[in-house]
Amino acid sequence: MVDATISARPRIAEPSAWSRLRTNRHWLGYWFMVPALGFLVLFLAYPLGLGVWLSFTDTKIGRAGEFIGLENYEWLGGDSIFWISVFNTLLYTIVASIIKFAAGLYLALLLNKHLPFKAMIRAAILIPFIVPTVLSAIAFWWIYDSQFSIISWSLRKIGLISTNIDFLGDPNNARASTIFANIWRGVPFVAITLLAGLQTVSPSLYEAATIDGATPWQRFRYITYPLLTPIIAVVMTFSVLFTFTDFQLIWAMTRGGPVNATHLMATLSYQRAIMGGQLGEGAAIATAMIPFLLAAIMISWFGLQRRKWQQGGDND
Amino acid sequence: MTDFTRRTVLQGGTAFAAAAALSGEALTNWAKAWAQASQWKPEKGAKINLMRWRRFVEAEDAAFMKMIAAFKTATGVEVTVTNESFEDIQPKASVVANTGQGLDMVWGLYSLPHLFPAKCMDQTDVANYLGKKYGGWTPSAEMYGKSGNKWIGIPVATTGGLMNYRISSMEKAGFKEFPKDTGGFLELVKALKKNNTPAGFALGHASGDANTWLHWALWAHGGNLVDKSDKVVINSPETVKALEYVKALYENFIPGTASWNDSSNNKIFVAGDLHLTSNGISIYVAAQKDNKAVAEDMNHAYMPVGPVGKPTELHLAFPILTFNFTKAPQACKALTAFMLEAENFNPWIEAAQGYLSHFLVDYDKNPVWTADPKRTPYRDVSKRTLTPGGQGSLGEKAAAAIADFVVVDMFANFATGREDAKGAIAVAERQAKRIYR
Repeated sequence: MVDATISARPRIAEPSAWSRLRTNRHWLGYWFMVPALGFLVLFLAYPLGLGVWLSFTDTKIGRAGEFIGLENYEWLGGDSIFWISVFNTLLYTIVASIIKFAAGLYLALLLNKHLPFKAMIRAAILIPFIVPTVLSAIAFWWIYDSQFSIISWSLRKIGLISTNIDFLGDPNNARASTIFANIWRGVPFVAITLLAGLQTVSPSLYEAATIDGATPWQRFRYITYPLLTPIIAVVMTFSVLFTFTDFQLIWAMTRGGPVNATHLMATLSYQRAIMGGQLGEGAAIATAMIPFLLAAIMISWFGLQRRKWQQGGDND
Repeated sequence: MTDFTRRTVLQGGTAFAAAAALSGEALTNWAKAWAQASQWKPEKGAKINLMRWRRFVEAEDAAFMKMIAAFKTATGVEVTVTNESFEDIQPKASVVANTGQGLDMVWGLYSLPHLFPAKCMDQTDVANYLGKKYGGWTPSAEMYGKSGNKWIGIPVATTGGLMNYRISSMEKAGFKEFPKDTGGFLELVKALKKNNTPAGFALGHASGDANTWLHWALWAHGGNLVDKSDKVVINSPETVKALEYVKALYENFIPGTASWNDSSNNKIFVAGDLHLTSNGISIYVAAQKDNKAVAEDMNHAYMPVGPVGKPTELHLAFPILTFNFTKAPQACKALTAFMLEAENFNPWIEAAQGYLSHFLVDYDKNPVWTADPKRTPYRDVSKRTLTPGGQGSLGEKAAAAIADFVVVDMFANFATGREDAKGAIAVAERQAKRIYR
């Protein structure tokens, strides 16, 4: 008997590694993820990796390059035009994002009130966001035209100025003008998203606060704002990313001029890589944007996503 | 050629171009006869993919397509034409050259064939045939078309960037004719400013307008980005002189030129607010349609000659090339020669109304240049133009320097007061050394 059982044992057989794997739900799960992974690798990871690789080569359009290590970056380190573009990009992003946030929040709070024709006003707010960027850029290009600007024309007719304003020809005017155009385009996105966030705040909280005698400011500071922070984090992350990588507005209006005063890293990268054919150097400029973008994401992630803060407590 | 003589007696502007060109059947018959006699016999079932720059003058494009259709009827070769904007031609052609497929021919700009000379088919026989038949090539044609002893591209035409001025404003400023030297030109610009009829030249990132006139200014004073051996020599007293000259001009320009792109001066001039600029003939063509008063009061002139004592103009050349990996080399050669035959080329440049200037000397006789004397200066731009390489080689380095606005930014930096001469030159020198390493 004993012998028989022992000899029978192998026949029952422990399940092989393969058959265990076959019935393992986790294993199957990985297979379901393969198509998504394939898309991500093919359309995101590969181009990103290729871009980074190109930045370490001297590739030109139509000609494969050789690995040259950090030479492109060393070159950019001493390139005053590159540093102007970094400064411009930071200035553009920081100023535009802050104003977009303030104006967007203000608009969202207004729209959250009971207004006549509320639905129509909300829809109208979205218009700048719906218009294709290139079209609004060309419209702004005309508004800022050195000769035919409607603003200069109106002010001249009123008698406030005697000569046309040189919107895009003077470096500081050009910076302000392009930032304004970006704000005009970006505010609706912030406003509508924050409005959606505001509507998830339960009215009972406001009722309770009102009964306790909270002022409007206190209601905003201790109810609205903390409950809105997760949305703010997401909106501002996106807003900063969009602004930082802006291309169309600048390209259509100034092409980076006058004297490179409005060149952003994205436009300089395009000018060097595609127009000038220096793919390697252009890729290096584009790659140099990644640390800034990562920093922006980190700040909003760790700065704004803290649970305690969201619930109205202090950071410790 | 009978048709050509008939056309020469005709007068008038564009209206006669259509009438004088070979009509449908006559064109087909001529094209068939041409194909019979031609030394290039297209391969059986040959197909040609051709990319060209997107048209600026509608009639020019119509004439081009008519020619392509006649070629197809006469030879049976299927020709597919794609149009791309100026900026996209070079990258796309480079990729095709690299991968060896997609296109057979490209009609591009500036020094395109010199970006990949090893990929261009030798067309010396076509060039010799055309040169012999039509009075020879201009010297600049050889610079654009030849690599060593081989013709790697056939320069079809040039579009000129010349002085566009309002006659009445110039006379009011005290000039009977347009100044021929840089000194007189500066005086004119100053006087125009004083009379509140200002001049303006692009100092922004205008690929065509800014590059052409600022290279003229640099070369007119003896400055050069590189010397004959492609050594960067921008840091020179001559460059400083050119910078100071342009700054003196800039201070007398209409405000806003630092933001101008290629279309800015066109629209302001046609509107009547700008009285002197450099441009192709497109302002005149547009003004004839939209503002007749401006068209009647304007004229064109060569760029003034600077201290170097000879013309230093840069115009935009349009060479056509065939890749050496084409499956239909004979068909491509036949098409290239066919395009430049008088029966095709004459109506074509007439349709372009001065926008296309020929490289083959005999086409000087085309009435398009004399029927309206205001077009005449553009007749000569192919003879007068230098290449984007300046004294140096014509190739991808020169093309990169142009595309990266090295010279334009140098002048803009100094003229607008952002940098002193030393600083502006240092930035340009560093960039140029990188490109020409």
